Amino acid sequence: MVYLDHAATTPMRPEAIEAMTAALAVVGNPSSIHSAGQQAKRLLEESRERVAATLGVDGIEVVFTGNGTEAVNLAIKGLWWQRRTASAEDAAAGAARRRIVVPAGEHHATLDTVDWLVEHEGADVVEIPLDAVGRLRLDVLERELDDASTIALVTMLWANNEVGTIQPVEEVARLTARAGVPLHVDAIAAYGQVPIDVRSLRRSTEAPRGAGLVALSVSAHKIGGPAGIGALVLDRSAAVEPLIHGGGQQRKVRSGTQDVAAAAAFAAAAESVAARLDDDAERMAALRDRVIDGVLEAVPSARLSGDAGPGASVRLPGNVHFSFPGCEGDSLLFLLDAAGVAVSTGSACQAGVPEPSHVLMAMGRTEADARGALRITLGHTSTGADVDAFLAALPAAHAQAARAGLATRATSFDR
Amino acid sequence: MSGGVDSAVAAARAVEAGHDVVGVHLALSRMPGTLRTGSRGCCTIEDSMDAQRAANVLGIPYYVWDFSERFKADVVDDFIAEYSAGRTPNPCMRCNERIKFAALLEKALALGFDAVATGHYAKVVTGESGALELHRANAEAKDQSYVLGVLTAEQLAHAYFPLGDTASKQLVREEAARRGLSVAQKPDSYDICFIPDGDTKGWLADKVGTEQGDIVARSGAVVGSHDGAHAYTVGQRRGLRLGTPAADGKPRFVLEVRPKENTVVVGPKAALAVGLIAGSRFSWAGLDPVASGIVGSVGESFDCDVQIRAHADPVPARATVETDASGDPELVIVPDSPLDGVAPGQTAVVYVGSRVLGQCTIDRTVSAVPVDA
Repeated sequence: MVYLDHAATTPMRPEAIEAMTAALAVVGNPSSIHSAGQQAKRLLEESRERVAATLGVDGIEVVFTGNGTEAVNLAIKGLWWQRRTASAEDAAAGAARRRIVVPAGEHHATLDTVDWLVEHEGADVVEIPLDAVGRLRLDVLERELDDASTIALVTMLWANNEVGTIQPVEEVARLTARAGVPLHVDAIAAYGQVPIDVRSLRRSTEAPRGAGLVALSVSAHKIGGPAGIGALVLDRSAAVEPLIHGGGQQRKVRSGTQDVAAAAAFAAAAESVAARLDDDAERMAALRDRVIDGVLEAVPSARLSGDAGPGASVRLPGNVHFSFPGCEGDSLLFLLDAAGVAVSTGSACQAGVPEPSHVLMAMGRTEADARGALRITLGHTSTGADVDAFLAALPAAHAQAARAGLATRATSFDR
Repeated sequence: MSGGVDSAVAAARAVEAGHDVVGVHLALSRMPGTLRTGSRGCCTIEDSMDAQRAANVLGIPYYVWDFSERFKADVVDDFIAEYSAGRTPNPCMRCNERIKFAALLEKALALGFDAVATGHYAKVVTGESGALELHRANAEAKDQSYVLGVLTAEQLAHAYFPLGDTASKQLVREEAARRGLSVAQKPDSYDICFIPDGDTKGWLADKVGTEQGDIVARSGAVVGSHDGAHAYTVGQRRGLRLGTPAADGKPRFVLEVRPKENTVVVGPKAALAVGLIAGSRFSWAGLDPVASGIVGSVGESFDCDVQIRAHADPVPARATVETDASGDPELVIVPDSPLDGVAPGQTAVVYVGSRVLGQCTIDRTVSAVPVDA
């Protein structure tokens, strides 16, 4: 099988598998006081520090979670409650902070969490529109930040998981630092593909305590670690209300027995990625550009979504996203799958029910355009042979999918 | 694969017969319900998970294909429009006609498949002439040939019903259990899939609104009031809440729904009797009566059985293709003895023995009893 859906998940790196299996064989709850517990604790905290180092923070600033979605939930809900009530320095100021600023086209982990806060906690959403490339409109954001006293938090993707557009994170970090509001960045799609250094970003944007970039979510399985562990980076100056209560692990921010083996594997994968980030990014970008050129040559009507400019400077090195007019994305996916090539129509979704991508719609594309979307994503195991196999399978799959047409059209059986 | 036991076993049998089988679950709503939020019946997220699990057990690929827009336009909106027009549609039939054996079939053929297999209880057999015929299933109690009566020869050529020969649903459940399919004991879905809580009346009221109107006797005398004519179907007895008792003291039934006047006509059970039904939208499930050798020429009458609901008994009748007032062909069916509770919009399926000959959507009926009955 040719696997070109690395944005969904990417193969575990050998060093991660090795670290995980080695740790699985050792008994010890890191919260236990005896030596076995202390051994486990040591491995856990070493792992935490190694993950932290790849993100430019201290170990104490990394909270392990069950996955990326939990990290996003903890950041958004946790910051919301913290800013609204719990430890807000002034009750009146807290009550005034009802607005959550969110760009359009965010991942469902963010959208559904914010929707929940709207429904149950009376939050107001301020949606920041995207431009045609998928970047949030900084001018609109800047205007909204004029009224900073009513803002609970700003949350955004570092890079879009569907179309791969890298957001102007530094600019937003600077604007939120200046406005004195906390910023959470969902870096799950970006981690391992672009350099992330939280501390230097806070420094360069002159972030005051508790404001600017204070929280950042990542997930292990997107970088060759195991599924089932993510992390929320939480700056020392920021606080969140915990969502999970219990044994008080991880500074009471996230209770629950910690998964030492998964943390060790996460650390191994993170270090491996960080060690050759630039080389890997360059290699992937070269493969990516071959895919883009090859698709446009095979199907001239195909339309590249996201950054289509020369050099694709704000496109993730592993991301290709096309719309094929007149085709259903699910037809293309099916036919390519049958030909042994695994790609995606967008983000994996609930019960496999496909929806026209809200990301493309937010970028001003038509629903018909969104129906024919196909995402091809590269990763650490991708090779030129994978690209060749995909490009070889595409013309026939496209021709057949075009014949099958759109599910909305009239059929020859209608009467 | 709906997520139910029938389509799971149908898929298993298709695999066992040596076909190259792919499981497809139809996404018929952009916002599928979930058991957590009170949905029941079919087409929930849980159903899609059950379908995928069955496909996994069978070792076949599984995909969800989105037909939600067509389903809304051709089935849901049609259902609302028909009720608004005082007619009683059958949405499952419409779904077979427009989605499963049209949109899905056409997409499947274009993608290289040969047939759509479903868990319907019905049989496609090759008749004496060599042409395909649609027949009732062996499992009499579960027979679904009625809702497939809309299929044409072209559609039958690509339809595959692996459960047609099975004697009972119980056998299908036992087979599912033997095959390790987790849906072996899953309850049947009876409701209309797009009405999550089964409350058709409430759902329709939501869509078309409620407007108080008169309930009248056939004489025209007002005998009560209602909150929206669309909530009533011909033959209905319950929920009339009539203030004025009938002269004979006997229960009254809905005889007719007049949406334009927002009026519901009621009368005694005897007045439900219909002596003739006719419809200009008719089709033949394979060869027509002439090609089948049942009649010598169009316009000749022939003996048949007519069935007017999915679970009604078939009754002997005479059928004729006539020319209606506007010069168009019309299928006219005269039951040997009058039928009760026939509503315009319903489908009359015409059988010859176990064979489905064809169907018409009922446009008009002629009462078998005089007005003052």
